[in-house]
Amino acid sequence: MIGRLVLVVLVVLGAPLLGALLNGADRILTARMQGRIGPPLLQPFYDLLKLFRKEPLVLNRIQIGYVYLHLAFMLMTIVLITLGQDMLLALFTHAFSTLSLVIGGMSVRSPYSRIGSQRKIMQMLAYEPVLILLVVGIYLRTGSFMAGAVAHLDAPLITSLPLVFLAFLVALEIKLEKSPFDVATSHHAHQELVKGITIEYAGPYLGIIELTHFYETFFLLALVTAFFVTHVWLGVLVAMAVYGAAILVDNVCARMRTTWMVRYMWTVPVALAVCNIIWLYLQPHVGR
Amino acid sequence: MAFSIHSMLAKSPWFVHYNCNSCNGCDIELLACLTPLYDLERFGVLHVGNPKHADILIVTGSVNHRNARVLKNIYAQLPAPHVVVALGVCGSSGGVFAGAYNILGGVDKVIPVDVFVPGCPPRPEAIIDGLVRAVGILRDKSAGAATVPAATPTLTVTPSPAPQEPHVA
Repeated sequence: MIGRLVLVVLVVLGAPLLGALLNGADRILTARMQGRIGPPLLQPFYDLLKLFRKEPLVLNRIQIGYVYLHLAFMLMTIVLITLGQDMLLALFTHAFSTLSLVIGGMSVRSPYSRIGSQRKIMQMLAYEPVLILLVVGIYLRTGSFMAGAVAHLDAPLITSLPLVFLAFLVALEIKLEKSPFDVATSHHAHQELVKGITIEYAGPYLGIIELTHFYETFFLLALVTAFFVTHVWLGVLVAMAVYGAAILVDNVCARMRTTWMVRYMWTVPVALAVCNIIWLYLQPHVGR
Repeated sequence: MAFSIHSMLAKSPWFVHYNCNSCNGCDIELLACLTPLYDLERFGVLHVGNPKHADILIVTGSVNHRNARVLKNIYAQLPAPHVVVALGVCGSSGGVFAGAYNILGGVDKVIPVDVFVPGCPPRPEAIIDGLVRAVGILRDKSAGAATVPAATPTLTVTPSPAPQEPHVA
């Protein structure tokens, strides 16, 4: 019991640190790809601490409430996965975390915020099927919806879910707000949509959104690692490689239209994942 | 620089940029500061499109009756602590347009200005120098120190020597 408590505290405190370092590495790597030197590695920490020093400008109370819910549900997702709890519930809390941001963005009258929120909904529509198919695939492999069951596998998940893994990588690109899918809010194109969904947040509240993004980066890369669970260090290396590849794709791709994103996600990645699930379903040794 | 929470503002200055009435010369020089040659992001500087995310408001061009209220509106949306930089000679005093019937003058006629960076257009070195000064003021404001608005435009960086005539054999 104490051991699990310590683990949860470690993850909750360590995840944003790792997420921020990853974001710092992202900014340096992006700068190098563009022929620039780029900011220091600790830049996301400076940004975050600065945002918490700034004056909180608030339009209405609903806006703030949903920012806190955005963070709280992301924390809940991470704690659920850390404790090996139900993955369907984790999926649900993760979706609600994103949904909180959407409702917060909808609660103000800025058209940019509204358009950003609508695009965020389209993003959810695009990647949620892949996440659900991921959980279904893990269920077919382990015979349980509990995340803890993954740890007891004898062979890593990647051997039975290779196509779901590929589909998940595309969903990851959406979740990290990278091109060609960075339609709701973007780290680069500040002029398009003027930061979209986060436009009406200032100071500490923008900081909370950034903090949640650090948690989410950690959570998504932890999921990548989970595919290699019997060889954790290999998984960590793959997760780093996947993150680097996501940054590369971000820098070489143009931003595409929202409708294209949904069409693409519902054809290629979903088809990949469904093929994988059907193949897995037909295997005689699946642990059902 | 000693580590303090106030120095965080100096390490992550995000600027928003508003073109009042400018010919775009200063704006292009400002954007040149973000390109690989000068790379302002080395110092944590980000160009944001939204005053609510910004620490520094950079204004180019002279102020006229039409854009004065827009400028005031943008200024009101900056969360404290914030700093205003007037870029170019038009933003500083009205420049060649000073005295024209539609021109109010420099940016300081409408909102308090902390740093003037004169020039037509200012060199990227002068802009970076002006931003470094702005960042110092930002840190002082965060620490609660009283800062005085800049009184008159002063040249922060002397222009580098004129380019040599190409050698003709």
